[in-house]
Amino acid sequence: MQNDYDVVVIGGGPAGLAAAIRARELGLRVLLLENRETLGGIPLQCIHPGFGLHYFKEDLTGTEFIYRFIYKFLDMEIEHYTGAHVVSIEPFSDLEKRLRVVTSKGVLDITTTTVIYTTGARERHLFEIGITGHRPAGVYTAGEAQTMMDIDGIMPGKEIVIVGSGDVGLIMARRFALEGAHVKAVIEIMSYPGGLTRNVVQCLQDFGIPLYLSHAVTRIEGTTKVEKVILTKVDENLRPVPGTEKEIECDTVVIAAGLVPYLKVLERAGVIIDPATKGPVVNEHLETSIPGIFVAGNALVINDLVDYVVEQGELAAESAYLYIQNKGIPTKKWRKLVKGRNIRLIVPHYLSGDNDVIIYARVQKPEENVKLHFPEINKEIKLPFVKPAEMIRIKLRKEDITKAKDKITMEVVLNE
Amino acid sequence: MSEIRHFKLTCIICPLGCEIEVKMEGDKIVEITGFGCPKGRDYAIQEVIAPKRVVMSVIKVNKGDFPTVSVKTDKPVPKELIPVIMKELAKIEVEAPVKIGQVIIGNVANSGANIIATRPSRKVLPVS
Repeated sequence: MQNDYDVVVIGGGPAGLAAAIRARELGLRVLLLENRETLGGIPLQCIHPGFGLHYFKEDLTGTEFIYRFIYKFLDMEIEHYTGAHVVSIEPFSDLEKRLRVVTSKGVLDITTTTVIYTTGARERHLFEIGITGHRPAGVYTAGEAQTMMDIDGIMPGKEIVIVGSGDVGLIMARRFALEGAHVKAVIEIMSYPGGLTRNVVQCLQDFGIPLYLSHAVTRIEGTTKVEKVILTKVDENLRPVPGTEKEIECDTVVIAAGLVPYLKVLERAGVIIDPATKGPVVNEHLETSIPGIFVAGNALVINDLVDYVVEQGELAAESAYLYIQNKGIPTKKWRKLVKGRNIRLIVPHYLSGDNDVIIYARVQKPEENVKLHFPEINKEIKLPFVKPAEMIRIKLRKEDITKAKDKITMEVVLNE
Repeated sequence: MSEIRHFKLTCIICPLGCEIEVKMEGDKIVEITGFGCPKGRDYAIQEVIAPKRVVMSVIKVNKGDFPTVSVKTDKPVPKELIPVIMKELAKIEVEAPVKIGQVIIGNVANSGANIIATRPSRKVLPVS
């Protein structure tokens, strides 16, 4: 019996829209499910520029970037539901996945040959970063503050402290400053900023916003509304240094403490998770440990650039096509990609040697004048620097991959 | 003889983030050091002579599917105009529908740049 669809895409953000468009271009029967009322995902609230420099070779805002995909998706009349929540994915067999979906019209039971999972990420919140004290009104995640300001047009507060200097924290610091709020501090526990250099310059230096490196917020105080935060210096092991406590009065605390792939339904289906990326373990086709279930975008690994998210969505669609043509991914022998010196995370985890593969990786610490070294295949790539904030994206050629027997190590080594 | 001024800036052309120093005598650049490439040198000159930025915000929209549409300047504007432009944007309201790319304010604050919509707004009929 034929399944209802060849591919069901779960999530209508940049990865999901790109995947659905590509899958339709390849002639597959596609359904896209989005749990919000509108397509587009997080870029709908990203009103700042810096999107699409790689994919469109233009500098677009997040909103402009995502509408190019929304309009293309709608023009192709790809079947989709908004307000649709996937409750479960049952991997019934390699060639049949059963989905239960709650929609405003009722519960749907859907069968499909493949699933592309593109649900993005969730934000880490204050309970995950060790902030004690009161729980008054006026504490938001950066994404919540962004939704309030840039979709609903509401200012969350006037005196702002931002916890975390990743790109989201830096961009929100500028957003608050532009709207006339007083951003009193951006506080970063690491000894270096978490975000891209251009954001440190254009979001903080432009507005004279102080950045406290090697500092942590340990308490929030306030009876009904936020009144102040307590911060301390931290040592090289990120432990608070006694006697360095300092108070900053504020009415709003914005938590920008990073993102985690959002995989609730996929975890229940039983996929294997990489503790480093907190996303699924995948092969070069972005296939998870369950045959026929693929993952792309921030659900796979937290990306710096939406351009990479779209690239992964398109690859996942091409992989679903390959899977359907061959009744499974045809590769029998895999080579494992292994983390070496100063590599914190790496994706994908398994390579076939049948294709050139794009590798995404992040380092543990900043270093200058280095090379990426792959000892088993005798390959080196020189880099002027590596930074945790800048994802490494490189292509490994299949001729190189096939030189390895069963594993390929990637390590950062200093240039002599 | 005019006073010598020093500017220190972090280059944003690429992620390397070179620390560039510019020495100016009056309105003349006399020395640039620390740049890693010609693009970085040009960036430093632009930054000390006439720094420019794209300005973005949201404006109120009436009868739309969401309460706001997002907007930006269609080219970078001199940095000192940013507060002036933000004040103008805070005052303005538009009616849905709004198309992406639609000009909201022409030649805003005499900058030569237009304010354009970067997110569309669909007209929604009021619920009676």
